[in-house]
Amino acid sequence: MGNILVFAETQKGRVPKSSLIAIQAGKDAARKLGGDVLVAVLGADTADAANEAAGYGAAKVLAVNDAALENYLADAYAATLEQLARANDVTLLAATATAVGKDLLPRVAARLGVGMASDVVSFHEDGTLQRPMYAGNTTATVTLADTIKVVSVRSTAFDAAQPGDQSAVEQVSVSLDADATKMQFVEFNETKSDRPNLTEASIVVSGGRGLKSGENFTTYLEPLVNELNAAMGASRAAVDAGFVPNDLQVGQTGKVVAPELYIAVGISGAIQHLAGMKDSKVIVAVNKDPDAPIFNVADYGLVADLFKAVPELTEAVKKAKE
Amino acid sequence: MKVLVTVKRVPDPETTIRVKSDGSGIETDNIKYVINPFDEIALEEALRLKEKLGSGEVVLVSIGDRVVTEQLRTGLAMGADRAILVGCDQDLDSLAVARILAKIVEDESPQLVLMGKQAIDDDANQAGQMLAALLGWPQATFASEVVLSDDQQAVKVTREVDGGLETIGFALPGIITSDLRLNEPRYASLPGIMKARKKEIREIVATDLGVDIAPRLTIKSLEPPTQKEAGKKVETVEELIGLLHDEAKVI
Repeated sequence: MGNILVFAETQKGRVPKSSLIAIQAGKDAARKLGGDVLVAVLGADTADAANEAAGYGAAKVLAVNDAALENYLADAYAATLEQLARANDVTLLAATATAVGKDLLPRVAARLGVGMASDVVSFHEDGTLQRPMYAGNTTATVTLADTIKVVSVRSTAFDAAQPGDQSAVEQVSVSLDADATKMQFVEFNETKSDRPNLTEASIVVSGGRGLKSGENFTTYLEPLVNELNAAMGASRAAVDAGFVPNDLQVGQTGKVVAPELYIAVGISGAIQHLAGMKDSKVIVAVNKDPDAPIFNVADYGLVADLFKAVPELTEAVKKAKE
Repeated sequence: MKVLVTVKRVPDPETTIRVKSDGSGIETDNIKYVINPFDEIALEEALRLKEKLGSGEVVLVSIGDRVVTEQLRTGLAMGADRAILVGCDQDLDSLAVARILAKIVEDESPQLVLMGKQAIDDDANQAGQMLAALLGWPQATFASEVVLSDDQQAVKVTREVDGGLETIGFALPGIITSDLRLNEPRYASLPGIMKARKKEIREIVATDLGVDIAPRLTIKSLEPPTQKEAGKKVETVEELIGLLHDEAKVI
Protein backbone atom coordinates (compact mmCIF):
# COMPACT_ATOMS: atom_id res chain seq x y z
CA MET A 1 0.00 0.00 0.00
CA GLY A 2 1.30 3.40 -0.96
CA ASN A 3 0.39 6.72 0.60
CA ILE A 4 -3.00 8.19 1.39
CA LEU A 5 -3.31 11.77 0.19
CA VAL A 6 -5.99 13.88 1.89
CA PHE A 7 -6.98 17.19 0.33
CA ALA A 8 -7.64 19.85 2.98
CA GLU A 9 -9.59 22.96 2.08
CA THR A 10 -8.71 26.37 3.48
CA GLN A 11 -11.14 29.06 4.57
CA LYS A 12 -9.63 32.43 5.45
CA GLY A 13 -6.35 30.78 6.33
CA ARG A 14 -7.93 28.08 8.47
CA VAL A 15 -8.62 24.40 7.91
CA PRO A 16 -12.41 23.90 8.19
CA LYS A 17 -13.92 21.13 10.28
CA SER A 18 -15.07 19.38 7.10
CA SER A 19 -11.41 18.84 6.16
CA LEU A 20 -10.53 17.55 9.63
CA ILE A 21 -13.15 14.91 8.86
CA ALA A 22 -11.27 14.00 5.68
CA ILE A 23 -8.03 13.70 7.66
CA GLN A 24 -9.80 11.36 10.10
CA ALA A 25 -11.18 9.29 7.20
CA GLY A 26 -7.63 9.10 5.80
CA LYS A 27 -6.34 7.85 9.16
CA ASP A 28 -9.14 5.30 9.31
CA ALA A 29 -8.24 4.05 5.81
CA ALA A 30 -4.55 3.92 6.79
CA ARG A 31 -5.36 1.78 9.84
CA LYS A 32 -7.31 -0.69 7.71
CA LEU A 33 -5.31 -0.67 4.48
CA GLY A 34 -1.84 0.51 5.53
CA GLY A 35 0.09 3.49 4.19
CA ASP A 36 0.99 6.94 5.51
CA VAL A 37 -1.38 9.91 5.56
CA LEU A 38 -0.22 12.97 3.63
CA VAL A 39 -2.26 16.17 3.72
CA ALA A 40 -2.30 18.56 0.76
CA VAL A 41 -2.92 22.27 1.42
CA LEU A 42 -3.20 24.54 -1.63
CA GLY A 43 -3.32 28.31 -1.93
CA ALA A 44 -1.48 31.53 -2.71
CA ASP A 45 -0.17 31.70 0.85
CA THR A 46 -0.77 28.52 2.81
CA ALA A 47 1.60 29.16 5.74
CA ASP A 48 -1.08 29.40 8.45
CA ALA A 49 -3.34 26.66 7.09
CA ALA A 50 -0.44 24.25 6.46
CA ASN A 51 0.78 24.85 9.98
CA GLU A 52 -2.67 24.15 11.35
CA ALA A 53 -3.07 21.02 9.21
CA ALA A 54 0.28 19.80 10.58
CA GLY A 55 -1.23 19.47 14.04
CA TYR A 56 -3.26 16.32 13.40
CA GLY A 57 -0.71 13.53 13.30
CA ALA A 58 -0.31 13.11 9.54
CA ALA A 59 3.03 11.80 8.25
CA LYS A 60 3.55 14.95 6.21
CA VAL A 61 1.82 18.09 5.00
CA LEU A 62 2.40 19.03 1.37
CA ALA A 63 2.00 22.79 0.97
CA VAL A 64 1.62 24.19 -2.53
CA ASN A 65 1.86 27.96 -2.89
CA ASP A 66 1.02 29.44 -6.26
CA ALA A 67 -0.71 32.66 -7.27
CA ALA A 68 -3.04 30.61 -9.51
CA LEU A 69 -4.31 28.80 -6.40
CA GLU A 70 -5.43 31.92 -4.52
CA ASN A 71 -9.12 31.09 -4.93
CA TYR A 72 -10.45 27.59 -5.35
CA LEU A 73 -10.91 26.83 -9.05
CA ALA A 74 -11.47 23.30 -10.30
CA ASP A 75 -9.00 23.40 -13.18
CA ALA A 76 -5.90 24.63 -11.34
CA TYR A 77 -6.62 22.65 -8.19
CA ALA A 78 -7.23 19.43 -10.12
CA ALA A 79 -3.99 19.80 -12.08
CA THR A 80 -2.13 20.38 -8.81
CA LEU A 81 -3.62 17.37 -7.05
CA GLU A 82 -2.92 15.17 -10.05
CA GLN A 83 0.75 16.12 -9.88
CA LEU A 84 0.89 15.54 -6.11
CA ALA A 85 -0.76 12.14 -6.47
CA ARG A 86 1.65 11.04 -9.20
CA ALA A 87 4.77 12.29 -7.39
CA ASN A 88 4.06 10.84 -3.94
CA ASP A 89 3.28 7.15 -4.52
CA VAL A 90 -0.38 7.79 -3.71
CA THR A 91 -2.81 4.87 -3.80
CA LEU A 92 -5.77 6.60 -2.14
CA LEU A 93 -6.82 10.21 -2.66
CA ALA A 94 -9.58 11.46 -0.35
CA ALA A 95 -11.48 14.65 0.44
CA THR A 96 -14.78 15.39 2.10
CA ALA A 97 -17.82 15.58 -0.18
CA THR A 98 -18.33 19.33 0.33
CA ALA A 99 -19.19 21.62 -2.58
CA VAL A 100 -15.46 21.88 -3.28
CA GLY A 101 -14.75 18.16 -2.83
CA LYS A 102 -17.61 17.18 -5.12
CA ASP A 103 -16.50 19.65 -7.78
CA LEU A 104 -12.81 18.81 -7.61
CA LEU A 105 -12.26 15.08 -7.12
CA PRO A 106 -13.97 13.72 -10.26
CA ARG A 107 -11.83 16.12 -12.30
CA VAL A 108 -8.69 14.81 -10.63
CA ALA A 109 -9.80 11.19 -11.10
CA ALA A 110 -10.40 11.71 -14.83
CA ARG A 111 -7.03 13.45 -15.20
CA LEU A 112 -5.46 10.40 -13.58
CA GLY A 113 -7.57 8.15 -15.82
CA VAL A 114 -9.09 6.36 -12.82
CA GLY A 115 -12.55 5.71 -11.40
CA MET A 116 -13.97 7.27 -8.28
CA ALA A 117 -16.38 6.46 -5.45
CA SER A 118 -18.49 9.34 -4.07
CA ASP A 119 -19.82 9.83 -0.54
CA VAL A 120 -17.96 6.90 0.96
CA VAL A 121 -19.18 6.05 4.47
CA SER A 122 -16.75 3.25 5.37
CA PHE A 123 -13.47 1.60 4.37
CA HIS A 124 -12.88 -2.11 4.88
CA GLU A 125 -9.77 -4.27 5.25
CA ASP A 126 -10.61 -6.24 2.09
CA GLY A 127 -10.42 -3.02 0.06
CA THR A 128 -14.17 -2.65 -0.41
CA LEU A 129 -15.92 0.64 0.28
CA GLN A 130 -19.48 1.43 1.17
CA ARG A 131 -21.52 4.30 -0.21
CA PRO A 132 -25.21 5.22 -0.36
CA MET A 133 -27.19 5.14 -3.62
CA TYR A 134 -30.78 5.90 -4.60
CA ALA A 135 -31.14 8.73 -2.07
CA GLY A 136 -29.95 6.52 0.75
CA ASN A 137 -32.42 3.74 -0.02
CA THR A 138 -29.52 1.37 -0.52
CA THR A 139 -25.98 1.06 0.69
CA ALA A 140 -23.70 -0.29 -2.01
CA THR A 141 -20.51 -2.22 -1.39
CA VAL A 142 -18.13 -1.24 -4.17
CA THR A 143 -14.55 -1.75 -5.32
CA LEU A 144 -12.27 0.49 -7.35
CA ALA A 145 -9.99 -1.31 -9.78
CA ASP A 146 -7.27 1.29 -10.27
CA THR A 147 -3.92 1.63 -8.51
CA ILE A 148 -4.88 5.14 -7.43
CA LYS A 149 -8.31 5.11 -5.84
CA VAL A 150 -10.15 8.43 -5.58
CA VAL A 151 -12.90 8.81 -2.98
CA SER A 152 -14.99 11.58 -1.50
CA VAL A 153 -16.14 10.83 2.03
CA ARG A 154 -19.46 11.71 3.59
CA SER A 155 -18.92 14.21 6.39
CA THR A 156 -21.50 12.65 8.69
CA ALA A 157 -19.81 9.23 8.58
CA PHE A 158 -16.49 10.21 10.20
CA ASP A 159 -15.51 12.30 13.22
CA ALA A 160 -13.17 15.27 12.94
CA ALA A 161 -9.50 14.38 13.49
CA GLN A 162 -8.21 15.11 16.98
CA PRO A 163 -4.94 17.02 17.44
CA GLY A 164 -1.94 14.67 17.22
CA ASP A 165 1.80 14.63 16.61
CA GLN A 166 3.23 17.55 14.65
CA SER A 167 3.83 16.74 10.96
CA ALA A 168 6.64 18.10 8.83
CA VAL A 169 5.51 20.66 6.25
CA GLU A 170 7.08 20.22 2.82
CA GLN A 171 6.86 23.03 0.28
CA VAL A 172 6.01 21.66 -3.16
CA SER A 173 5.83 23.53 -6.43
CA VAL A 174 3.76 22.48 -9.41
CA SER A 175 3.58 23.59 -13.01
CA LEU A 176 0.21 24.79 -14.22
CA ASP A 177 -0.20 25.05 -17.98
CA ALA A 178 -2.74 27.13 -19.92
CA ASP A 179 -5.26 24.27 -19.87
CA ALA A 180 -5.28 24.38 -16.06
CA THR A 181 -5.88 28.12 -15.74
CA LYS A 182 -8.89 28.80 -17.97
CA MET A 183 -11.32 29.49 -15.16
CA GLN A 184 -11.53 32.82 -13.35
CA PHE A 185 -12.86 33.55 -9.92
CA VAL A 186 -15.28 36.50 -9.98
CA GLU A 187 -16.84 36.79 -6.54
CA PHE A 188 -18.16 34.98 -3.50
CA ASN A 189 -21.33 36.19 -1.82
CA GLU A 190 -21.31 34.72 1.62
CA THR A 191 -24.71 34.04 3.14
CA LYS A 192 -24.69 36.32 6.15
CA SER A 193 -25.99 34.62 9.23
CA ASP A 194 -25.38 34.78 12.97
CA ARG A 195 -26.49 31.20 13.23
CA PRO A 196 -24.26 28.13 13.23
CA ASN A 197 -23.35 26.54 9.92
CA LEU A 198 -25.97 24.01 8.79
CA THR A 199 -23.52 21.13 8.37
CA GLU A 200 -21.72 21.82 11.65
CA ALA A 201 -24.56 22.80 14.01
CA SER A 202 -25.40 20.53 16.94
CA ILE A 203 -29.08 21.37 16.57
CA VAL A 204 -30.91 21.79 13.26
CA VAL A 205 -34.52 22.92 12.91
CA SER A 206 -35.95 22.36 9.44
CA GLY A 207 -39.21 23.45 7.91
CA GLY A 208 -41.19 21.90 5.09
CA ARG A 209 -44.13 22.62 2.87
CA GLY A 210 -46.33 22.55 5.98
CA LEU A 211 -45.03 26.03 6.84
CA LYS A 212 -47.03 27.26 3.82
CA SER A 213 -44.95 30.40 3.14
CA GLY A 214 -41.57 32.06 3.50
CA GLU A 215 -43.08 34.55 5.97
CA ASN A 216 -44.10 31.67 8.21
CA PHE A 217 -40.49 30.49 8.30
CA THR A 218 -39.69 33.90 9.78
CA THR A 219 -42.73 34.11 12.06
CA TYR A 220 -42.89 30.56 13.37
CA LEU A 221 -39.62 28.75 12.77
CA GLU A 222 -37.00 31.43 13.35
CA PRO A 223 -37.86 32.12 17.02
CA LEU A 224 -37.42 28.42 17.79
CA VAL A 225 -34.19 28.27 15.77
CA ASN A 226 -32.83 31.29 17.65
CA GLU A 227 -33.95 30.03 21.05
CA LEU A 228 -32.11 26.74 20.47
CA ASN A 229 -29.08 28.44 18.89
CA ALA A 230 -29.72 26.05 16.02
CA ALA A 231 -29.11 26.15 12.28
CA MET A 232 -32.13 26.46 10.02
CA GLY A 233 -32.80 23.89 7.31
CA ALA A 234 -35.58 23.13 4.86
CA SER A 235 -36.99 20.32 2.80
CA ARG A 236 -36.70 20.35 -0.97
CA ALA A 237 -40.45 20.88 -1.15
CA ALA A 238 -40.07 24.15 0.78
CA VAL A 239 -37.21 25.22 -1.47
CA ASP A 240 -39.14 24.28 -4.63
CA ALA A 241 -42.09 26.31 -3.36
CA GLY A 242 -39.76 29.31 -3.05
CA PHE A 243 -40.13 29.70 0.73
CA VAL A 244 -36.38 29.70 1.41
CA PRO A 245 -33.11 29.64 -0.58
CA ASN A 246 -31.60 26.38 -1.77
CA ASP A 247 -28.56 26.59 0.51
CA LEU A 248 -30.88 25.60 3.37
CA GLN A 249 -31.90 22.40 1.61
CA VAL A 250 -31.31 19.22 3.58
CA GLY A 251 -31.51 16.02 1.54
CA GLN A 252 -30.09 13.89 -1.22
CA THR A 253 -29.61 16.86 -3.51
CA GLY A 254 -28.84 19.36 -0.76
CA LYS A 255 -26.83 19.12 2.42
CA VAL A 256 -26.31 16.01 4.49
CA VAL A 257 -26.47 16.71 8.23
CA ALA A 258 -26.17 14.61 11.39
CA PRO A 259 -26.66 16.92 14.39
CA GLU A 260 -27.30 15.87 17.99
CA LEU A 261 -30.89 17.03 17.58
CA TYR A 262 -32.88 17.42 14.36
CA ILE A 263 -36.35 18.93 14.54
CA ALA A 264 -38.47 18.47 11.40
CA VAL A 265 -41.43 20.83 11.29
CA GLY A 266 -44.15 20.36 8.70
CA ILE A 267 -41.98 17.97 6.72
CA SER A 268 -43.69 14.86 5.38
CA GLY A 269 -40.45 12.90 5.11
CA ALA A 270 -39.91 12.23 1.40
CA ILE A 271 -37.11 9.73 0.74
CA GLN A 272 -34.96 12.47 -0.65
CA HIS A 273 -35.20 14.47 2.60
CA LEU A 274 -34.59 11.47 4.85
CA ALA A 275 -31.36 10.81 2.92
CA GLY A 276 -29.99 14.07 4.29
CA MET A 277 -30.85 13.78 7.98
CA LYS A 278 -31.58 10.22 9.05
CA ASP A 279 -28.19 9.83 10.75
CA SER A 280 -29.02 12.59 13.24
CA LYS A 281 -28.69 11.36 16.83
CA VAL A 282 -32.16 12.42 17.98
CA ILE A 283 -34.95 13.21 15.54
CA VAL A 284 -38.12 15.08 16.46
CA ALA A 285 -41.00 15.43 14.04
CA VAL A 286 -43.91 17.84 14.31
CA ASN A 287 -46.60 17.16 11.72
CA LYS A 288 -50.37 17.18 11.72
CA ASP A 289 -50.58 14.07 9.52
CA PRO A 290 -50.15 11.02 11.79
CA ASP A 291 -49.28 8.87 8.75
CA ALA A 292 -46.45 11.10 7.51
CA PRO A 293 -43.34 8.97 6.76
CA ILE A 294 -41.21 11.33 8.86
CA PHE A 295 -42.65 9.61 11.95
CA ASN A 296 -40.99 6.34 10.85
CA VAL A 297 -37.54 7.81 11.45
CA ALA A 298 -38.44 10.15 14.33
CA ASP A 299 -37.44 9.26 17.89
CA TYR A 300 -40.16 11.57 19.15
CA GLY A 301 -43.20 12.43 17.11
CA LEU A 302 -45.70 15.12 17.94
CA VAL A 303 -48.89 14.94 15.90
CA ALA A 304 -50.07 18.52 16.04
CA ASP A 305 -50.81 21.68 14.11
CA LEU A 306 -47.39 23.26 13.80
CA PHE A 307 -48.79 26.80 13.95
CA LYS A 308 -49.93 26.04 17.47
CA ALA A 309 -47.19 23.63 18.57
CA VAL A 310 -44.10 25.54 17.41
CA PRO A 311 -44.79 28.74 19.41
CA GLU A 312 -45.51 26.54 22.43
CA LEU A 313 -42.26 24.69 21.86
CA THR A 314 -40.36 27.98 21.59
CA GLU A 315 -41.88 29.16 24.89
CA ALA A 316 -41.11 25.85 26.58
CA VAL A 317 -37.47 25.95 25.43
CA LYS A 318 -37.19 29.52 26.71
CA LYS A 319 -38.57 28.44 30.10
CA ALA A 320 -36.36 25.37 30.26
CA LYS A 321 -33.31 27.59 29.82
CA GLU A 322 -34.28 29.91 32.68
CA MET B 1 -24.70 28.40 -30.72
CA LYS B 2 -24.79 24.64 -30.40
CA VAL B 3 -25.54 23.19 -26.97
CA LEU B 4 -25.24 19.52 -26.10
CA VAL B 5 -27.47 18.30 -23.28
CA THR B 6 -27.01 14.92 -21.62
CA VAL B 7 -30.06 12.91 -20.59
CA LYS B 8 -30.16 9.92 -18.26
CA ARG B 9 -33.10 7.58 -17.73
CA VAL B 10 -33.68 7.13 -13.99
CA PRO B 11 -36.46 5.81 -11.73
CA ASP B 12 -39.09 8.45 -10.94
CA PRO B 13 -37.93 10.19 -7.74
CA GLU B 14 -41.34 9.46 -6.19
CA THR B 15 -40.80 5.70 -6.67
CA THR B 16 -40.02 3.62 -3.60
CA ILE B 17 -36.77 1.80 -4.29
CA ARG B 18 -36.48 -1.75 -2.98
CA VAL B 19 -33.33 -3.83 -2.96
CA LYS B 20 -33.65 -7.38 -4.37
CA SER B 21 -33.44 -10.03 -1.67
CA ASP B 22 -30.13 -11.36 -3.05
CA GLY B 23 -28.60 -7.87 -3.04
CA SER B 24 -27.79 -8.01 -6.75
CA GLY B 25 -29.69 -4.86 -7.65
CA ILE B 26 -32.98 -3.06 -7.17
CA GLU B 27 -36.45 -4.38 -7.96
CA THR B 28 -37.31 -2.93 -11.35
CA ASP B 29 -40.88 -4.20 -11.68
CA ASN B 30 -43.50 -1.46 -11.71
CA ILE B 31 -40.90 1.30 -11.73
CA LYS B 32 -41.77 4.33 -13.79
CA TYR B 33 -38.77 5.94 -15.49
CA VAL B 34 -38.24 9.63 -16.19
CA ILE B 35 -35.54 12.01 -17.36
CA ASN B 36 -33.17 12.63 -14.46
CA PRO B 37 -34.67 15.80 -12.89
CA PHE B 38 -31.37 17.72 -13.01
CA ASP B 39 -30.98 16.86 -16.71
CA GLU B 40 -34.42 18.34 -17.30
CA ILE B 41 -33.20 21.57 -15.69
CA ALA B 42 -30.10 21.49 -17.92
CA LEU B 43 -32.29 21.03 -21.00
CA GLU B 44 -34.56 23.90 -19.96
CA GLU B 45 -31.52 26.18 -19.63
CA ALA B 46 -30.33 25.18 -23.12
CA LEU B 47 -33.77 25.89 -24.59
CA ARG B 48 -33.90 29.31 -22.90
CA LEU B 49 -30.44 30.19 -24.23
CA LYS B 50 -31.52 29.29 -27.75
CA GLU B 51 -34.76 31.24 -27.42
CA LYS B 52 -32.93 34.28 -26.11
CA LEU B 53 -30.38 34.22 -28.92
CA GLY B 54 -33.07 33.51 -31.51
CA SER B 55 -30.88 30.85 -33.12
CA GLY B 56 -28.85 27.81 -32.32
CA GLU B 57 -29.25 24.10 -31.89
CA VAL B 58 -29.96 21.95 -28.85
CA VAL B 59 -28.74 18.36 -29.22
CA LEU B 60 -29.60 15.63 -26.73
CA VAL B 61 -27.41 12.65 -26.00
CA SER B 62 -28.24 9.59 -23.93
CA ILE B 63 -26.48 6.29 -23.35
CA GLY B 64 -28.27 3.00 -22.80
CA ASP B 65 -30.45 0.43 -24.53
CA ARG B 66 -33.38 1.25 -26.83
CA VAL B 67 -35.74 2.13 -23.97
CA VAL B 68 -33.98 5.47 -23.41
CA THR B 69 -35.62 6.55 -26.68
CA GLU B 70 -38.62 7.29 -24.47
CA GLN B 71 -36.70 9.95 -22.49
CA LEU B 72 -35.11 11.36 -25.66
CA ARG B 73 -38.59 11.77 -27.22
CA THR B 74 -39.69 13.62 -24.08
CA GLY B 75 -36.69 15.92 -24.40
CA LEU B 76 -37.40 16.49 -28.09
CA ALA B 77 -41.01 17.28 -27.20
CA MET B 78 -39.77 19.90 -24.74
CA GLY B 79 -38.01 21.55 -27.68
CA ALA B 80 -34.61 19.99 -28.35
CA ASP B 81 -33.77 19.82 -32.06
CA ARG B 82 -32.34 16.33 -32.42
CA ALA B 83 -30.93 13.49 -30.37
CA ILE B 84 -28.14 10.95 -30.31
CA LEU B 85 -28.63 7.54 -28.72
CA VAL B 86 -25.43 5.75 -27.82
CA GLY B 87 -26.44 2.10 -27.65
CA CYS B 88 -24.90 0.21 -24.78
CA ASP B 89 -26.19 -2.75 -22.81
CA GLN B 90 -23.53 -2.94 -20.10
CA ASP B 91 -23.38 -1.08 -16.80
CA LEU B 92 -21.17 1.99 -17.07
CA ASP B 93 -19.40 3.94 -14.36
CA SER B 94 -18.97 7.71 -14.53
CA LEU B 95 -15.53 7.56 -16.16
CA ALA B 96 -16.84 5.34 -18.97
CA VAL B 97 -19.78 7.70 -19.47
CA ALA B 98 -17.40 10.67 -19.61
CA ARG B 99 -15.18 8.90 -22.15
CA ILE B 100 -18.16 8.17 -24.40
CA LEU B 101 -19.42 11.74 -24.07
CA ALA B 102 -15.95 13.11 -24.87
CA LYS B 103 -16.10 11.25 -28.20
CA ILE B 104 -19.55 12.70 -28.93
CA VAL B 105 -18.30 16.19 -28.08
CA GLU B 106 -15.31 15.79 -30.43
CA ASP B 107 -17.72 14.77 -33.16
CA GLU B 108 -20.39 17.43 -32.54
CA SER B 109 -18.16 20.35 -31.42
CA PRO B 110 -20.76 22.14 -29.25
CA GLN B 111 -19.79 25.44 -27.60
CA LEU B 112 -21.47 24.38 -24.41
CA VAL B 113 -22.37 21.10 -22.70
CA LEU B 114 -25.18 21.34 -20.16
CA MET B 115 -25.65 18.44 -17.76
CA GLY B 116 -27.43 17.65 -14.50
CA LYS B 117 -25.26 17.97 -11.41
CA GLN B 118 -26.01 14.39 -10.45
CA ALA B 119 -28.22 11.50 -11.48
CA ILE B 120 -30.64 10.53 -8.75
CA ASP B 121 -30.01 6.78 -9.12
CA ASP B 122 -26.31 6.31 -8.46
CA ASP B 123 -25.91 9.79 -6.90
CA ALA B 124 -22.29 9.91 -8.11
CA ASN B 125 -22.06 13.56 -9.16
CA GLN B 126 -19.00 12.89 -11.33
CA ALA B 127 -19.71 12.72 -15.07
CA GLY B 128 -19.69 16.47 -15.80
CA GLN B 129 -16.43 17.14 -14.01
CA MET B 130 -14.82 14.07 -15.60
CA LEU B 131 -15.93 15.12 -19.08
CA ALA B 132 -14.48 18.59 -18.49
CA ALA B 133 -11.16 17.04 -17.42
CA LEU B 134 -10.98 14.72 -20.44
CA LEU B 135 -11.65 17.62 -22.82
CA GLY B 136 -9.41 20.07 -20.93
CA TRP B 137 -12.42 22.38 -20.70
CA PRO B 138 -13.45 24.66 -17.83
CA GLN B 139 -16.37 23.54 -15.66
CA ALA B 140 -19.06 25.20 -13.58
CA THR B 141 -20.94 22.72 -11.42
CA PHE B 142 -24.04 23.38 -9.27
CA ALA B 143 -25.11 26.34 -11.42
CA SER B 144 -27.93 28.57 -10.23
CA GLU B 145 -27.47 31.29 -12.89
CA VAL B 146 -25.83 31.33 -16.29
CA VAL B 147 -25.05 34.61 -18.06
CA LEU B 148 -23.73 34.47 -21.61
CA SER B 149 -21.52 37.36 -22.71
CA ASP B 150 -22.80 39.66 -25.49
CA ASP B 151 -20.34 38.23 -27.97
CA GLN B 152 -21.42 34.68 -26.95
CA GLN B 153 -17.80 33.72 -26.38
CA ALA B 154 -17.82 33.47 -22.58
CA VAL B 155 -20.05 32.76 -19.59
CA LYS B 156 -20.37 33.86 -16.01
CA VAL B 157 -21.90 31.19 -13.82
CA THR B 158 -23.19 31.57 -10.28
CA ARG B 159 -22.72 28.37 -8.30
CA GLU B 160 -24.42 27.09 -5.17
CA VAL B 161 -21.54 26.33 -2.83
CA ASP B 162 -21.27 25.85 0.94
CA GLY B 163 -22.07 29.05 2.79
CA GLY B 164 -23.09 31.18 -0.16
CA LEU B 165 -23.00 31.79 -3.89
CA GLU B 166 -19.83 31.86 -5.94
CA THR B 167 -19.47 33.34 -9.39
CA ILE B 168 -16.84 32.14 -11.83
CA GLY B 169 -16.21 32.95 -15.46
CA PHE B 170 -14.58 31.35 -18.45
CA ALA B 171 -14.31 31.48 -22.22
CA LEU B 172 -16.30 28.84 -24.10
CA PRO B 173 -16.30 25.97 -24.82
CA GLY B 174 -17.13 24.70 -21.35
CA ILE B 175 -19.28 22.44 -19.21
CA ILE B 176 -22.06 23.57 -16.89
CA THR B 177 -23.97 21.31 -14.51
CA SER B 178 -27.33 22.41 -13.13
CA ASP B 179 -28.50 22.77 -9.56
CA LEU B 180 -32.10 22.93 -8.42
CA ARG B 181 -32.66 26.67 -8.59
CA LEU B 182 -31.35 27.28 -12.11
CA ASN B 183 -34.86 27.26 -13.57
CA GLU B 184 -38.20 25.48 -13.61
CA PRO B 185 -38.38 23.09 -16.54
CA ARG B 186 -41.34 23.42 -18.91
CA TYR B 187 -43.75 20.64 -19.73
CA ALA B 188 -43.88 19.29 -23.24
CA SER B 189 -46.77 20.83 -25.15
CA LEU B 190 -49.08 18.81 -27.38
CA PRO B 191 -47.71 20.41 -30.57
CA GLY B 192 -44.24 19.76 -29.14
CA ILE B 193 -45.07 16.09 -28.72
CA MET B 194 -46.39 15.92 -32.30
CA LYS B 195 -43.27 17.59 -33.69
CA ALA B 196 -40.97 15.37 -31.63
CA ARG B 197 -42.16 12.30 -33.52
CA LYS B 198 -40.51 13.61 -36.67
CA LYS B 199 -37.25 14.72 -35.08
CA GLU B 200 -34.11 12.71 -35.67
CA ILE B 201 -32.69 10.25 -33.14
CA ARG B 202 -29.35 9.10 -34.51
CA GLU B 203 -28.26 5.74 -33.16
CA ILE B 204 -24.65 4.82 -32.68
CA VAL B 205 -23.06 1.97 -30.76
CA ALA B 206 -20.81 2.59 -27.76
CA THR B 207 -18.41 -0.21 -28.61
CA ASP B 208 -17.83 1.36 -32.06
CA LEU B 209 -16.39 4.51 -30.50
CA GLY B 210 -13.07 2.92 -29.65
CA VAL B 211 -12.95 4.09 -26.04
CA ASP B 212 -12.20 2.04 -22.94
CA ILE B 213 -15.49 1.59 -21.12
CA ALA B 214 -14.49 -1.26 -18.80
CA PRO B 215 -15.85 -0.32 -15.38
CA ARG B 216 -13.32 0.91 -12.82
CA LEU B 217 -15.96 1.05 -10.09
CA THR B 218 -17.80 -2.23 -9.50
CA ILE B 219 -20.85 -2.66 -7.32
CA LYS B 220 -20.48 -5.93 -5.38
CA SER B 221 -23.79 -5.88 -3.56
CA LEU B 222 -26.62 -3.65 -2.39
CA GLU B 223 -28.18 -3.66 1.03
CA PRO B 224 -31.31 -1.97 2.27
CA PRO B 225 -30.57 0.71 4.87
CA THR B 226 -30.78 -0.35 8.49
CA GLN B 227 -34.26 0.23 9.83
CA LYS B 228 -34.63 2.43 12.84
CA GLU B 229 -36.85 1.28 15.68
CA ALA B 230 -40.14 3.11 15.78
CA GLY B 231 -39.99 6.15 18.04
CA LYS B 232 -42.43 7.46 20.62
CA LYS B 233 -45.52 9.46 19.78
CA VAL B 234 -46.15 12.25 22.24
CA GLU B 235 -49.37 14.14 22.85
CA THR B 236 -48.19 17.51 24.07
CA VAL B 237 -45.32 19.95 23.74
CA GLU B 238 -44.78 19.64 27.49
CA GLU B 239 -44.29 15.89 27.22
CA LEU B 240 -41.92 16.36 24.26
CA ILE B 241 -39.75 18.88 26.12
CA GLY B 242 -39.68 16.56 29.13
CA LEU B 243 -38.39 13.64 27.04
CA LEU B 244 -35.82 15.77 25.21
CA HIS B 245 -34.55 17.04 28.54
CA ASP B 246 -34.68 13.90 30.72
CA GLU B 247 -34.43 10.97 28.31
CA ALA B 248 -32.58 12.20 25.20
CA LYS B 249 -30.67 14.85 27.16
CA VAL B 250 -30.34 17.12 24.13
CA ILE B 251 -31.98 20.21 25.58
